[in-house]
Amino acid sequence: MTTLVSLSPATPVAGPPARFGDLLAAEWIKTRSLRSTPWTIALTLLFVLGSAAVSTLTDEAAGSGTADFRPFDAYPAAGCWSLMLVAGSMGALTVVSEYSSGLIRTTTVAVPARGSVVLAKAVVTGMLWTAIGTATATGSLLVSQAILAGRHAAVPITHPGVFRALAASASLAPVCALVGLGLGVLLRHAAATMVTIVFALLMLPTMFSESHRWSADVKHTMVSAAWNRLVQTWEPDPESLGYTATVSGSWIVYVLWPLVAVALAVFVVRRRDV
Amino acid sequence: MDAVIEVSELTKRYGGKTAVDHLSFTVRPGQVTGFLGPNGAGKSTTLRMILGLDAPTTGTATVAGVPFHRHPRGLRYVGALLDAGQVHGGRTAAAHLSALARGNGIPRRRVDEVLQEVGLAEAAKRRIGGFSLGMKQRLGIAAALLGDPPVLMFDEPVNGMDPEGVLWVRRLFRRLAAEGRTVFLSSHLMSEMENTADQLVVIGRGRLIAAEPLRDFAARGTRSSVVVGTPRAAELTAVLTAAGASVEPEGSAGAEKLAVTGLPAVRIGALAFDNGIRLDELTTRTASLEAAFMELTADSVEYPAGHPR
Repeated sequence: MTTLVSLSPATPVAGPPARFGDLLAAEWIKTRSLRSTPWTIALTLLFVLGSAAVSTLTDEAAGSGTADFRPFDAYPAAGCWSLMLVAGSMGALTVVSEYSSGLIRTTTVAVPARGSVVLAKAVVTGMLWTAIGTATATGSLLVSQAILAGRHAAVPITHPGVFRALAASASLAPVCALVGLGLGVLLRHAAATMVTIVFALLMLPTMFSESHRWSADVKHTMVSAAWNRLVQTWEPDPESLGYTATVSGSWIVYVLWPLVAVALAVFVVRRRDV
Repeated sequence: MDAVIEVSELTKRYGGKTAVDHLSFTVRPGQVTGFLGPNGAGKSTTLRMILGLDAPTTGTATVAGVPFHRHPRGLRYVGALLDAGQVHGGRTAAAHLSALARGNGIPRRRVDEVLQEVGLAEAAKRRIGGFSLGMKQRLGIAAALLGDPPVLMFDEPVNGMDPEGVLWVRRLFRRLAAEGRTVFLSSHLMSEMENTADQLVVIGRGRLIAAEPLRDFAARGTRSSVVVGTPRAAELTAVLTAAGASVEPEGSAGAEKLAVTGLPAVRIGALAFDNGIRLDELTTRTASLEAAFMELTADSVEYPAGHPR
């Protein structure tokens, strides 16, 4: 048995300065070392691309109607809702799994700067899901356009609004993952967190219609309504009876949800017993 | 500043329940200090407050003069094992330790060193979920050693360990203390401390019962008595009482015995001989450390068994 390499233990050694980059690297090791991570990513990609293919293949009007509607085939609600659900749950799991196993205590003793731990988790989760979101959104568009090209109905990425739809679908993943992470820190329990994510991200927006001003205003503060607006390449019909969200307002919704969730998480985690 | 753990007037209340009640003690480097108390006495809560996981309701806890939570990174200051289950079962032992080391800017080779140290080098690539409790305890000790810290804290470290593991862990604690580190370990079993600790901090119901060297603690609780077996119990009782001893009858009818305190066995034997009383048994009974502990904490047991309230 070897003996410890001891550095005069009577006095605490001043280690290297506490670098945030070290925490990012540590969180990345944690993410990478779980078998579920690659599986989840692969299945998500498969399902989202599959739903884009199915939606494009079954769009009978694609050959005849206006070009504006065709990029929309790449981003059907089924794919989007699955992506929201998976990203939200996985974001939440990065913290909820630590709370349920008690690992959070091991983590906190190693890194007493609790706010920094949450921020590091947020950065790693945000970057990972930006990459996954970009892959699914780009892949969906390519699959959809390849099918449309077969019918001579492809729309170039330079077509007005197409790039916006791609960007909105790509960033939907990190937005939901960060909202999930924030809720995970606040609630700590797996079941409660999952139910809240489904409710806040998917169920709540369907409660409000766009037929009344106040109801539309509430709906437009929701992530899925914002996504809905951002992937529409066409301008709203001025004759429409419903109220439509603005594009800039929808981007603000995209930024505010994860920002508020993570800020609340950092605030709470610094005040609460671990 | 020495690597002293200083707990001062520490109190933690959860709602109306007081888990830790104005607790003060000091844990010094270079020795193993045992932290003893019955289940629910507040040991784990105290350890969590020292580690900055729980905020005290009132009072302070410092390590080397500083509240531990002030350090942005902790592993080089204090190594702790609170509960061996506080790991993610899906990760390998090496990945778990690598993440901890990386976050504290500790080089990767330390991971291999501590795994070797605790005897888990062969299991480095295995997932923790498949580990036995004893292996998880070893992994937790490895994590505590990662930063080569001057202060080490362990909560019930030998739970689930096999006899070989218990011996190993005792030797490890002794060695860490000999290297000049502060070693603080909690247990609800006195027997675990007997061969390991130099100092004891004993608590019950969140209050301090004793903080002193193990030797003093044992002596305090020791009231040695002498068990005497004789066919002429009544006569001997009279003789011994006259000589200043206090005598309690013991045993069952037909095999009466006397428990004598206040006179040594030699003197009892001599008195019996002088009075012509036959003795069948003469045994000195020294109260064990365990008995001392039980006696001192008897009033503070949170959930006593078999006593209807």
